[in-house]
Amino acid sequence: MATFTARMAPLLVLGLALCLSGTWAVDKGNFKTCEQSAFCKRQRALKPGESPYRALLETMELTNTRLTLQLINDNNKVRLLLELYRLQGNITRVKINELKPLKPRYEVPDVLIREPTTEPLSVLSQDENGVVLSLGVESQRVIISARPFRLDIMEGSDVLMSLNSRGLLAFEHLRMRKDTFSYKVTSTVASVWDNIKRVFSSQADPEAEKKEEADPANQAETTKEEEEKVEDGMWEETFKSHTDSKPNGPSAVSLDFSLPGVEHVYGIPEHADTLRLKTTDNGDPYRLYNLDVFQYELYNPMALYGSVPVMVAHSAQRTTGIFWLNAAETWVDISSNTAGKTVFGKMLDYVQGSSETPQTDVRWISESGIIDIFIMLGPTPKDVFSQYASLTGTQSFPPLASLGYHQCRWNYNDQEDVKSVDAGFDEHDIPYDFIWLDIEHTDGKRYFTWDPHKFATPKEMLQGLMDKKRKMVAIVDPHIKVDGNYKIHNEIRSRGFYVKNKDGGDYEGWCWPGSASYPDFTRADMRAWWASMFAYDQYEGTMENLYTWNDMNEPSVFNGPEVTMHKDATHGAWEHRDIHNLYGLYVQMATAEGLIQRSGGVERPFVLTRAFFAGSQRLGAVWTGDNAAEWGHLKISIPMCLSMGLVGISFCGADIGGFFKSPSTELLVRWYQAGAYQPFYRAHAHVDTPRREPWLFGPENTALIREAVRQRYTLLPYWYQLFYRAHVTGEPVMRPLWVEYPQDLATFALEDEYLIGRDLLVHPVVEEGARGVTAYLPGKDEVWFDVHTFQKHNGAQNLYIPVTMSSIPVFQRGGSIIPRKLRVRRSSTCMEHDPYTLYVALNLQRTADGELYIDDGHTFNYEKKEFIYRKLTFANKVLSSVNLAPDAKFTTDSWIERIIVLGASKPSKVTLKTADGQEKQLEFDFDASMSVLTVRKPGMNAGADWTMTFQ
Amino acid sequence: MSCQFLLLLLLSVGVSAVEVQRPRGVPLSKRQFYEEGKPFTCLDGSRTIPFDRVNDDYCDCQDGSDEPGTAACPNGSFHCTNAGFRPTFIPSSRINDGICDCCDTTDEYNSGATCQNTCRELGRKERESLQKMAEIAKEGFLLKQQLIHEANRGLEDKKAKLGDVQGSKKDLEAKVEALRTVKEAAEQPEREAKERHLKAWEDQKALIQKEKESARMAEVFLELDDDADGFVSVPELLSHSELDPDADGSFTEAEAQGLLGGVDKVDTAAFESIWSNVKEKYMSEVRHYTSFFFLINSKFHVKFILFNFGFGICFRNLEKEISFDFGPSSEFAYLYSQCYELTTSEYIYRLCPFNRVTQKPKFGGSETNLGSWGKWAGPEDSIYSVMKYEHGTGCWQGPSRSTTVKLTCGKETVVTSTSEPSRCEYLMEFTCPAICQEPPNLEISSHEHQEL
Repeated sequence: MATFTARMAPLLVLGLALCLSGTWAVDKGNFKTCEQSAFCKRQRALKPGESPYRALLETMELTNTRLTLQLINDNNKVRLLLELYRLQGNITRVKINELKPLKPRYEVPDVLIREPTTEPLSVLSQDENGVVLSLGVESQRVIISARPFRLDIMEGSDVLMSLNSRGLLAFEHLRMRKDTFSYKVTSTVASVWDNIKRVFSSQADPEAEKKEEADPANQAETTKEEEEKVEDGMWEETFKSHTDSKPNGPSAVSLDFSLPGVEHVYGIPEHADTLRLKTTDNGDPYRLYNLDVFQYELYNPMALYGSVPVMVAHSAQRTTGIFWLNAAETWVDISSNTAGKTVFGKMLDYVQGSSETPQTDVRWISESGIIDIFIMLGPTPKDVFSQYASLTGTQSFPPLASLGYHQCRWNYNDQEDVKSVDAGFDEHDIPYDFIWLDIEHTDGKRYFTWDPHKFATPKEMLQGLMDKKRKMVAIVDPHIKVDGNYKIHNEIRSRGFYVKNKDGGDYEGWCWPGSASYPDFTRADMRAWWASMFAYDQYEGTMENLYTWNDMNEPSVFNGPEVTMHKDATHGAWEHRDIHNLYGLYVQMATAEGLIQRSGGVERPFVLTRAFFAGSQRLGAVWTGDNAAEWGHLKISIPMCLSMGLVGISFCGADIGGFFKSPSTELLVRWYQAGAYQPFYRAHAHVDTPRREPWLFGPENTALIREAVRQRYTLLPYWYQLFYRAHVTGEPVMRPLWVEYPQDLATFALEDEYLIGRDLLVHPVVEEGARGVTAYLPGKDEVWFDVHTFQKHNGAQNLYIPVTMSSIPVFQRGGSIIPRKLRVRRSSTCMEHDPYTLYVALNLQRTADGELYIDDGHTFNYEKKEFIYRKLTFANKVLSSVNLAPDAKFTTDSWIERIIVLGASKPSKVTLKTADGQEKQLEFDFDASMSVLTVRKPGMNAGADWTMTFQ
Repeated sequence: MSCQFLLLLLLSVGVSAVEVQRPRGVPLSKRQFYEEGKPFTCLDGSRTIPFDRVNDDYCDCQDGSDEPGTAACPNGSFHCTNAGFRPTFIPSSRINDGICDCCDTTDEYNSGATCQNTCRELGRKERESLQKMAEIAKEGFLLKQQLIHEANRGLEDKKAKLGDVQGSKKDLEAKVEALRTVKEAAEQPEREAKERHLKAWEDQKALIQKEKESARMAEVFLELDDDADGFVSVPELLSHSELDPDADGSFTEAEAQGLLGGVDKVDTAAFESIWSNVKEKYMSEVRHYTSFFFLINSKFHVKFILFNFGFGICFRNLEKEISFDFGPSSEFAYLYSQCYELTTSEYIYRLCPFNRVTQKPKFGGSETNLGSWGKWAGPEDSIYSVMKYEHGTGCWQGPSRSTTVKLTCGKETVVTSTSEPSRCEYLMEFTCPAICQEPPNLEISSHEHQEL
């Protein structure tokens, strides 16, 4: 929904309206460039060179699981503490903090699912220049060089990654302000206090004290530090009309990473940019700072609604990942030694033997907190996914219905409107599972309430939907109307749960309700209270088929700096500066918990969020925010969701049709077709756009949209089992081709096509008036079957496919078995007991395999092993179903109604043998022109063991 | 009576008795294609299958015709007899999906759903509502005849009146012509004077300008005076948002009153004194009936203009009224110059047919124009079933407001509902007798609804 200016008309501001009315684009002036962000400017001014940091090897301590070591900055003598861990699953963690910060620095909680399991480290060798540690796996080693400090991770003779090799480690230590009177007073007090503390701490930690005593330079260093120059923006920063008071002064951290052999890096969403990240030498770095960006532009590194500080690096040899665990405003610079070179230039280098190894250099800069990085060493893409999943968890397993189609609009006006849209779907025989209500459903933008006139009897409305086995989502945003007659506000205020402004009062800003305050979701007690508000007796008018949408949770503050919260607002001991990118995750966390609790822990929640962070994948779905009805936005939805998938967030989608503006009919149809093959499938529209329910564009287009949605529904069993796998393994559901073909260079930058799971290749049509597309079919030993015509194509070729408006190109990989339900009904729930058709696509070896996962579709009972999980294999002319989870139990009414074998030869007979030993001959059809064999009604239960022989 | 008796008989025989005669989901009309024990040929003729494959829960026919009673075919349809109500087809995907679609419950024979047979109840309700509608239609149609009669009489009156007025208009035009001659004669010395004495000419020019101004003022007054009561009032002014003094997008009553010099309405004389408030920003609604005044540009004719002013009001309204399309028999004429209100929780909506639609907040605030009369916009076969009002107040960053008014037959003339399906596109339901059609014979129509 929901960027700010469009809805602000009544409450703001002629000036804004004027500057927006002319052009249709983001107002870049509202958002900072690196130059305008003081710490980014300061850090970026630092150029590669010799690092002032030195490792003090004599301070090294090695326990079984942890190495610690002090670093010293020779310019200011401030000491840092480096910690190094080897984590289970081929991950190395490096933490750098001040040895003795003036006050604690923020370390991000609640993102890691648990304290990671460590594995032993051992020293291989050591001298005055450095230390070599073994990482245990495949001759992997960490080399810590002392002077200057740098860290290299090696495998054999190859350097996999180097840290601080360009000398860009920078750590702005906390300091007292010198230019004010209060500084002088507090510094005196502080030093007295320090002395007192020292006396007491010497008892508690004699070891540490001894070290300090043993270091006579300590006092001198402190003195020297004070002479550092004060730069603009260190203690105060003004952007537009907003001043950031920065009571803690400069606190930025920065580190560089070199990736030899790497030319392709991905990830660090959210940006409206290409899948393969670009170099940033000639522009701004990629920015990670959750912002409500009005009418965002494509192909630039500006920050958007969410942030996941994870980068994936890939080459034909290896895939690795860097997870920079920091929730403050972050900028990422990327440069490459081959970026500027043409293919010819590279060839010339090769011929002349002058080629340097390709290398990508990356630099992370954050405004506060500490350096806490997880280096995921792969070596395969799927290893990186599971390594990252072991840290931050996997995709939540969504209710099956949420993988169906969602109908949304700002706004469905009243209950009557909801009823008539619901009826429209039946009248036009288009399935859907969820209808959505945006902010206008509330009583004056007071979330957890209903408009007393338009939605006077919400339970009646919800019951009406339930009678059709459909569901609803209502929006609950985190800004709370400041209104003494509003229960939610009064409770939060009286409990002191609001975020505070720098002066200690409740923070207030403007959002949809007018003046609003923002609950401090970083507090566990606040989240618990928020969750309790979703109980059926608290959130009146709700029923179990009502789910939740968290929008505006960046958080969006219309009159705040960059449309978000002031950085000097406080969350207990921490500044908003420290936690900013986490806020949205916490909102979704509390909401999802609320939905779980209201069902007594039985039902899986469904919560959509706009803002997100590392770990948000555990909580629900994400969409790409307020896009526009333009072909470019349809096109960018692919790399945007692929980028999220690479960093764990599989449940991603873009507003079908585009949020702002009104799509042409062709664009709308193409978007429905593309969206049918993206994980989160929701149409949405801005309040100022004309209505666009699927049947409003003439019978021909209604039929095209119906067909697209029906294709989605036939594939729901496949989507569902992929989400189950994503939940178990962390593998993305929607994935770039290189994930499955990691050695095929032709796939590395592809972003106009992608895979769903391993077995479906999708090439959406994203150009107006397209007559055909060229799809790359990967794998020289692969064959691909067009799912619409069953025509077979060889892999490793660029294939031109003519297209009409009727569908987009989709291919099933030879060697795969995909279950579908062909009886498409009103909603996914109506299809629960329906039979399956298995699509067996044979490869060149005439084999195929696949899986079938079935459970109740909506509870957590799968955690109690209540599911069916089967392996389907075709080999040696025998198709069989084998139980993959013998200890699991679940029964289904679903049966196998049909088997379609693609690339088959004609058998003389087909025999089914069931577990009880009974055999029966099956009828079949064979289409010789397409080599398609259809086995008629084998009829066995989908949960049973069976074999089928093709003689 | 007889059909009710038959219905009872049918129910007592029971639904199952009907079912044995044909496979589940087959309508009577297609019964002959499904012969028990004989091979079945798909209705598209594409293939022939043994009869035991009809309704065996597997789709054999491309056209879905072998599975009329199961959900096996994606394109199949299921026939519910719905004895007591209307028979219907449902998509076969609704068979056994746990949702009761057929009122006779026959679509949910194996889903565990507990459906109640509601056909008799629905049939009764439908008959009642048909009956009621027929009564309404009947009475409405009678009213309509009356309206047509009145309209025709009224129209004749008005035509006659217009004839009179047109007569006097001719007289006046003759006068104008005569005066023009006088004027031209007078202008001769003016020209000479101009040549002789430039300053004198400048004075003259100013005077001419003033005359033109008066003419325009008169014209604007006419346009603003929507209800032609000889006064320009606050609500009339509000529909011209361009006059908003501070151009902040909301033209309030207070602002309008300010423009009128602090009063609620002004007559032509008072209008003159506030003309300077209005003239710069005013945007004309219509561009006709202007040339009439253009000739008059001489100091001799001030009196004449004022006379003409009053005359114009009368003439213009009559001409306008006669020019409207009030339906094939002028049955909608009675709506002209009437207004109908509907009060919702937030707003008072006002429909003034052939004029405009407005919306006013219930608890204070200025009126918003939701569109001025545009055209009849119903589908070809019933063009008079929909009215379209267009070019209302512009929306912020959006189109100008418009309203679609749907007319349904009713004894009373009343606005029954309003909604805003899309931003700034309003929908109004309006009942009136003028749209009523001659009711068909109810007896016949209820016979059609029985299938045996």
